Order: sequence, then C-alpha cells, then structure tokens
Amino acid sequence: MKTLVFVEHAEGKVKATSLEAVSYAVAMGGEVTVIGLGTLSAGALGEAGKYGAKKILHASDAKLDHPIIQVFASVLIQAMQQEGSDILVLANSSLGTPVAAKAAVRLSAGFASNVVELPDTSSGFVVKRSIYTGKAFALVEMKSEKKVIAIKKNAAPLKEVAGATAVTAFTPVLDEKDFNTKVVSTEKASTSISLPEANIVVSGGRGMKGAEHWGMLEELAATLGAATGCSKPVSDMGWRPHHEHVGQTGVKVAPQLYIAIGISGAIQHLAGVNASKCIVVINKDPDAPFFKAADYGIVGDAFDVIPKLISALKAAK
Amino acid sequence: MKILVCISHVPDTTSKINFIDNNTKFDTAGVQFIIGPYDDYALARAIELKESSGATVTVINVGLAETEPTIRKALAIGADDAIRVNADPTDSFFVASQIAENGKGYDLILMGRESIDFNGGVVHSMVAEMLGIPAVSPVMKLDMEGSKVIMAREIEGGKEYVEANLPLVAGCQEPIAEWKIPNMRGIMSARTKPLKVVEPKAADGFTKGKTFELPPPKGAVQMISADRVGDLVAKLKSEAKVL
Repeated sequence: MKTLVFVEHAEGKVKATSLEAVSYAVAMGGEVTVIGLGTLSAGALGEAGKYGAKKILHASDAKLDHPIIQVFASVLIQAMQQEGSDILVLANSSLGTPVAAKAAVRLSAGFASNVVELPDTSSGFVVKRSIYTGKAFALVEMKSEKKVIAIKKNAAPLKEVAGATAVTAFTPVLDEKDFNTKVVSTEKASTSISLPEANIVVSGGRGMKGAEHWGMLEELAATLGAATGCSKPVSDMGWRPHHEHVGQTGVKVAPQLYIAIGISGAIQHLAGVNASKCIVVINKDPDAPFFKAADYGIVGDAFDVIPKLISALKAAK
Repeated sequence: MKILVCISHVPDTTSKINFIDNNTKFDTAGVQFIIGPYDDYALARAIELKESSGATVTVINVGLAETEPTIRKALAIGADDAIRVNADPTDSFFVASQIAENGKGYDLILMGRESIDFNGGVVHSMVAEMLGIPAVSPVMKLDMEGSKVIMAREIEGGKEYVEANLPLVAGCQEPIAEWKIPNMRGIMSARTKPLKVVEPKAADGFTKGKTFELPPPKGAVQMISADRVGDLVAKLKSEAKVL
C-alpha cells in the first residue's frame, strides 16, 4: 500500500493537524510520501519525516501560495500518479476537505471526511466517521481501489519515529485554466493560536457581559497557551470576530481541554465542543445545561473566578 | 441570472440522535426536519440577489417524498420553483452526481458549506468538479459585480477575499445573509409553485454505510467550589492530565 499525505502549513511551519495525518498514514502501514505546496523552507517540511514519511515532495511554485481548490487537487493527483499512491490522506480543514473531494471525483475514489479512527481492514476497508456534528458515528465501507480520507483532529496520536527526511522537488504541470478563482487579499490574526488546531481552548459567552471584558479571558488563554473562542450570541453581537464562534454553525473544536465561561450550553454550542477530551464549565447559574456535559464545573461569577484561576495556574507552574 | 440552491433535509439542531434496526437506520420518531442551517443561509442570500438583481431561484433536494414539506418551505421563503430528485441519498458522491445532472445551465450554484447530518462538507466541490466550474467554500460574503463574484471565504483564524467569474459553485455559511422566515403570502404561494420530481441517474459512490454508533455516555460532572479554584487546577493536572 502506498499513501500520499497532503500537509498544510501556516506561519512557516507544517500544521499540527497535518502532522497527525502523517502519523495516521504511517499507523495504517505501507509506504508514506508527504507533499507540501507553496513557499516553505525545506527544513520545516522535512519535519514530516520525523513522523515516519519516507519521502517528502515539495511543489514550491509561489503560484501555490494561495489555495485554489482545483489547482491543489490537480497537483495532488499528479503526485499520486508519479508515486503510484493508492490512498490520499489529509487533515479536515476549510481547504483540505474540498480539495480532497475534488481529487476523489477525478480519481473515481471512495471518499470519507471527518474520519476519527484508523480503518478496520479485518474485512474490507471500513472507516469510522463523525456525523450529526459529533453526536454519533457512522461506519462506512470504502469499496474502491483508490481511497481519499480526510481525518478529524485526534484521529491518530502524533508519534515521532525517525529523523527529518530530505525534501525532493516536485514540479507539477499547472494549467492556467485552473487559476479561475483569484485570492485578492487575506486578513489574518497572526498572533493568536489557531482555534481548530489548539490543544486548549478558552471560550466566553454572554456571561462575559461585553467585548470590553475580553482582556481577562485573553489573559487566562495566554497563561494556558490556549486559543480563544466564543458562543454564537457573542459573535452575532460583534463582541468577537466570526472565526472565533464555536458551535454547530461555527468552528468545531477538539482540544484536550475546553474551558467555557459564561456560556449556558445550548445544544448548538455543545455540538461544536463535544469532541473535547475534558470540559470545564464556569457559570453563575447552577442550572446551566452545560454542566451536564462538563467534566468539572464551578458555579460562580466569571469576573470572580477568572482572576482566581489565573493566579492558581501561575502558582502551579 | 439563474441561481440553483441545494438544500438538505436534516434533523433540527436540537434533535436527540438515535438509531434503530440494529443501528443501521436513523430513528425519525419525534424528530423535526428542517432546511440545513447552512443551506438556509445560501437560500437567504439567493433570495436577496433575486430581490436586488432579478435573478431566478430554483431549489433542489435529493430525497424521497418526505422531504417535500422542507422544499415547500424554501419556496415559501421565496424560491421560484423546485426540483426533487426522487432517491434516498446514499453518500455525498451520489448527491453531487444528481445535482450536477440537474445543475447544467445555472450561473450560480449555492449550498451550505456542509449538511448537519453527515457533515461531509464536500458536495459543492464535487458538483463543481463534475460540471467543470470553480468552487469556493466556506463563503461568508458574496456580492455580484457584473459577471464577477466577489467573495470572502473563512479560513482558520481569518478571512480571504476571493474573486471569480460565473458560473460558480459556492458553499455558504453565516454571515452571508440573515435567515428568512416565510410570511403568510409566501406560504400561500408556495403551495402552487412548480415542484418537479425527477428520477435519479445511476451513481455508485464507492462507499457504503454499514452501521451507526453513539458516543459512550459522559461521566457525571465534578463540581468544585468557586473558593477552591486551586483544586480545579490540581485535578486538571493529576486526574484529567490535560495540563
């Protein structure tokens, strides 16, 4: 079995979720080749070798710096053809999932996104997908010879197995016709930790009483090395940007630790956090439904508990 | 301009999820079905474009007769006509194949970024591939400038501004438009708007759903006094091992 793993990068580094995809492919067995697209240092891309990639391809053309779904799909297919790959693995993301879907159609390959575990190959090839926004799972058999798998965060533990691998240049044929969507500009909060990637997330709800009180929550997040998130009303009211909205129609997170402050826990919010390993809820209303979904709960006022929590964390360091 | 809006027929976001027949079938007992929330945003934006620029809006759904009330709701919100592909959707490839088959000749094909039942997030991209036109997702802002489409796409931690020409497929999400609630006139007129039922084309999607599972039940919450926040930190370190 030969697997190609597409890795995404940001801020000059391969994304952690993409490295998980490498670990996933390696754990599946067989030969694993990694491909990175666009401007990135060979050293940064070579990191993927530590997770067991035997070969690393780099299509470094600056035309690939802006993601265009059909261009990326075409490059991945060319790499699979060159390497004779049977399976394409990548991390679910706003880019990776549509790219994978497009490639799957072109390859006549079975496709599964939101995959949460290694495939069961005891009879056929069966993957477990998260469905109903984390409220259930589906076991799906992939019948085609070629397969495309988009994995959810935490589908495979990151595992270092070797040293960095040398990077080989890959020069795909880029069809001008595919550049039919144009990225005009990008707005990015570059200093903050990416929410879908974060291991710890601190989220605030209406209980925070206003945008002006977020400094406290940001201080808590900084103490923990956490990303900040929020509930839907908070982003609807414009207290926080939309890309911080965690929930059914916002970002779905899967951190080790999720701390919800002043969020009552509507079912739509829970749908975005139910893949978290441990949930802490801080709310002044003892009847807030979120407590039922929590591992630890504190009944208390956000403005009283947050400073105490910051000092307790600092003391425990 | 001709707009096609693809709508999914999904359980309401507050539904309790259960399975029957040895975990091979979704239990619809007591479940209310709605237009997928993301699709509802796409529909709302399409209706705005209809109002501002005189576009026509067709909705399409792949589903059996039970999805017709959901389709009628989309007509009540303001779509002009509807197509129902008469099939129980098996996977995203199957759904995309039906939409592509019926989606030729439209300038703009809008749908949600994902359905909230199977969360594939891929139908838009597959449809675009099948029709040989570009796809952009997730789109949080979409404006027309002649035949040019100006969009903002949400990326991890920010936004990306994208331009493309028609025809185009876009997977939509909030805040592209405000959800619309049908008014009485809309509900009355929806009853007589054309709803065409077509038979599906054969499309084997290479995947086959076997069974469903529910997550293991959650343990009870441990409550900690607001005066003993230090205990929480200690438990997160030694018990949950997440710090």
